[in-house]
Amino acid sequence: MSGGSSLLDSLFQRSLEDLIKGLRLYIGDESSFISKSLDEIRKEIKSTDQQTKATALQKLTYLHSLYGIDMSFAAFHAIELSSSQHFNFKRIAYLAASLSFDPLTTDVILLLTHQLRKDLQSHNSHEVSLALHAIYYICTPDLARDLTPEVFILLNSSKGNIRKKAIALVLRLFELFPDSVRVCFKRLVENLENNDLGIVCAVVGVFCELACKEPKSYLPLAPEFYKILVDSRNNWLLIKVLKIFVKLAPLEPRLGKRLVEPICDHLKRTGAKSLAFECVRTIVSSFSEHESAVRLAVGKIKEFFNEDDPNLKYLGLQALTIVAPKHLWAVMENKDFVIKSLSDADVNIKLEALQLVLAMVSEDNVVDFCKVLINYALKSDPEFCNEILGCILLTCSKNVYEIIVDFDWYVSLLGEMVRIPHCQKGEEIENQLVDIGMRVKDARPELVRVGRDLLIDPALLGNPFLHRILSAAAWVSGEYVQFSKNPSEIVEALLQPRTSLLPSSIKAVYIQSAFKVLTLYLHYSISTKGVISSAFQGVADLMQENSQVVRTGPVADSDTESFEDMSITHEWFPSTSLKVEPITEESIINILNLVEITLGPLAGSHEVELLERSRNVLGLVELIREELPGYLVKREEDNDKGQRKTHEMIKLIAEAFSEELGPVSASSQEKVPMPEGMVLNQSLDDLDAICGDFGLHIPTSFSLGRSISSEKDDVTMSDRQSKEELESTESTSLLAEHRKRHGLYYLQSQKKEMVYDDYPPANDLKTGSNADDEADDLIKLTEQSLFTKKKANQARPRPVVVKLDDGDGPFISAKKVELKDDLISGAVRDVLLGDEATSSSRTKKSDKSSSKRRQKGKLDIDKSSGPKEDSKSMESSELENANLRKSKLHSRGKEKKHRSTAKDRDEHEEGDKQKVSHHHGKHKSRQRADGALTLAAQSNVIPDFLL
Amino acid sequence: MIKGVILMNDKGKPRLVKFYDYHPAEKQQELIRRLYAVLSSRAENVSNFVKVDSLFGSDARLVYKTYATLHILFIFDSSENELAMLDLMQVFVETMDKCFSNVRELDIVFNFNKVHAILDEIILGGQVLETSSSEVVKAVEEISKMERAANSIMAVPSITGWQSR
Repeated sequence: MSGGSSLLDSLFQRSLEDLIKGLRLYIGDESSFISKSLDEIRKEIKSTDQQTKATALQKLTYLHSLYGIDMSFAAFHAIELSSSQHFNFKRIAYLAASLSFDPLTTDVILLLTHQLRKDLQSHNSHEVSLALHAIYYICTPDLARDLTPEVFILLNSSKGNIRKKAIALVLRLFELFPDSVRVCFKRLVENLENNDLGIVCAVVGVFCELACKEPKSYLPLAPEFYKILVDSRNNWLLIKVLKIFVKLAPLEPRLGKRLVEPICDHLKRTGAKSLAFECVRTIVSSFSEHESAVRLAVGKIKEFFNEDDPNLKYLGLQALTIVAPKHLWAVMENKDFVIKSLSDADVNIKLEALQLVLAMVSEDNVVDFCKVLINYALKSDPEFCNEILGCILLTCSKNVYEIIVDFDWYVSLLGEMVRIPHCQKGEEIENQLVDIGMRVKDARPELVRVGRDLLIDPALLGNPFLHRILSAAAWVSGEYVQFSKNPSEIVEALLQPRTSLLPSSIKAVYIQSAFKVLTLYLHYSISTKGVISSAFQGVADLMQENSQVVRTGPVADSDTESFEDMSITHEWFPSTSLKVEPITEESIINILNLVEITLGPLAGSHEVELLERSRNVLGLVELIREELPGYLVKREEDNDKGQRKTHEMIKLIAEAFSEELGPVSASSQEKVPMPEGMVLNQSLDDLDAICGDFGLHIPTSFSLGRSISSEKDDVTMSDRQSKEELESTESTSLLAEHRKRHGLYYLQSQKKEMVYDDYPPANDLKTGSNADDEADDLIKLTEQSLFTKKKANQARPRPVVVKLDDGDGPFISAKKVELKDDLISGAVRDVLLGDEATSSSRTKKSDKSSSKRRQKGKLDIDKSSGPKEDSKSMESSELENANLRKSKLHSRGKEKKHRSTAKDRDEHEEGDKQKVSHHHGKHKSRQRADGALTLAAQSNVIPDFLL
Repeated sequence: MIKGVILMNDKGKPRLVKFYDYHPAEKQQELIRRLYAVLSSRAENVSNFVKVDSLFGSDARLVYKTYATLHILFIFDSSENELAMLDLMQVFVETMDKCFSNVRELDIVFNFNKVHAILDEIILGGQVLETSSSEVVKAVEEISKMERAANSIMAVPSITGWQSR
């Protein structure tokens, strides 16, 4: 019966072709058709009839591969079908497996081991090939371990096709099961000598991949590759060999001399563009110190430029980019082509050309180049325009603005960039504006000027890409307001109605800047005995005062002392800005009104940043109001006292703001020492318990209880008070303890007294206690810059750019070495070391002598540690070879399995240990050191016979 | 190493998708969509290379070529030569041309298995193994012959099964 139903199934089953036709003809939503087909497939795939199952699987694979349908449910069916006698079904099954199995999560893969092994041993080479392909895709470490012996046998297969595929597969085995290196590596190397070019190609391909990960281990094979480089005329092979040599060359400087000649020969000889380009790339990236070779390569690049093929132009430019840092002449020679390429139709070519243009930029020509580039940016599409801007920003800021001499020019360039219609580099420009402000004192007046121009332009507020820049402009205008010609204008600009278009984070910067400007403005007016001092003269004089222009000298005598007391001397309103708009009482009142009108509504904002900052400003305004004449009438008696308080307050705030902000090293956080007794990584399990205790008290006593108890000492009932006291002392003691332990995270208590001070900026030097020494340096530097400025005003040297000793560059992250690669290379080194003795017997005489030398080198080192061990190390290496051969012959043997359990990284040392244990156990540690030495010496010794 | 080979038509419909590292099906679809977006943004007669670092990791490159309605894409890393990849693409197309005599998009649509067979003869696990199209054609024809043979045998047991009922 089952046979019948399956026949019916297969008779009415849709074939893959039917499915594809159906999909093509179906009008409307494909997914509904697919889900209908999926329902059929789910039924069909369970069929006992292989034909039905295979067709279902094939359809499913198709849908999976091209329509992204999940087919994990069919994994087992694919495995089932792979054992079919019929090649067709087997192929469908393996294709399904290779396209859909995930080696990490498909757990039925192990069930395939046996079938794969069987197919690897098949007489039908196409079946073997199916299995080899499938293994590549679905290989797990277990599978690699189990199938290594079969693949090893295939490395010697008489069928070239199979042997090639086995070789390519070995790469995967090495990757997943590093111990397989011990088994397969030698045979892999032997295949390098094969007469079949395809096989050699495959082996070289594998070595190319291996060398990419860890080149050092393959240095001993350099002679073999060299032979290929000299003898072969196959472009594929030569390209791969060149790729390998690019990796090896930096490890062995002497390789260069030998290699340059044959590479140049190939370059001159070949007509194949691929090989020519590879030769060019090899020369410019690895052998750039060979002048004549580089000349030849650059000549070839020029030929590429003259071709019509955009690919060659692109690659040529790429090669030129590689050579640029060391041979700028090569770029200069092609300058015209490079500049012309900036307007090429191809984005790739444009980008490469841009890189090259920037490579040519130096201190002397940066102004001109930037002018050219900005012109290109104006003409380009938005994407490339921003690419240009980004590159300009990057190049100019490299090594802390190394190439910039004229910062006024650069700052105004930054300002101009904002005007470019497509500019989206807001963040970078923001950072640089602020950075220059902090580092380059001489650039500040220009910064403030540029900032002002940006702030007063209401049109810019409508472009969200520019908001970050405006934020920087606002910050600069606030921080360096002393250079401003017209502070009241800045306050107006900062509070203009269109600022409502800004995101709240930037608006907060605006408000904060307005606060700073306002404070310093008022402070200035006080210090010049301006408006507010008029209050002393009473109401009678008021009318007169109002009409008068109130302005005394820039800094009144009596006040200069107090300025000098400030921690960092600052030139308040230096002589250059004498043209400051006269401060009149009216103008102050106007500003105050403006502040109140604009910020009033924000005092109820939901954004805490806005709320707090605007409240601060409003508080200040309130304070001033009390002092102003109009209000004075009512409370004349408080006059003296109140005024002094206000003056004091404004002075305090102004002083707080006047502290200079400097750049902070990115690594300074690390310098904060860990407080004693703090254990990081401490288990926080007991936190729950503590929190549980806290839970009840916190809301009542933690924050409120104390203030109540202190304020209403007399009022509250003694009973209740004592209770609260108790609670509060309990919580405060806990708090105190917490504070003691984690004091680092608490703000310093003095900060609380400065009511009007805002949060200290994140990178304020003064807040980081350990940045003190750095701050000292900064002060010194800034002082120096002051002096230089005074001394040489006319010559205009490059202004001082504050740099930090450390960490101005990007973090250099510790290089992570992948464990797997380590394992492979460790094993490779083992095999190659062992290889020496055997290879001599196998290969020609020249090799023999060389390997002798190799061994000699090894022995030399051994000698240095003691002559006794001479013979021993020879024996031991031979012994290991024997071991190796044995393990190959009985590669399925237990020995291998036993080894695999050992830590692979220690494998080499362990090998040495084993050797020693055969002889004298005493010398264990010594011998071990020798092992390491031989490893180190290896690279020096082996390539000798190349030279 | 070659990371993947994709054939898609000029409307972004994939016709062959082969990644040499495992990518879940949804991710494959996503990659194809994004690659199509990249390709369709490129003008004609420009260079055939595209930087795809953002999709496939740091030194990934992509070379593509358009044959009539079909884009062929090779994704590879720094251990392959860009121009050699273009040559390899030519080998692939030539082979298909020989196998289907004047290959068209429809041939690729309806010969899912055979196109995979062709590609598998050229590349194993990202390694280029065969660059001669005639060798590939020979191997693929052998495979097709074996498949046909298997199918003709197949017909017999199912019929006998039906008769024995």
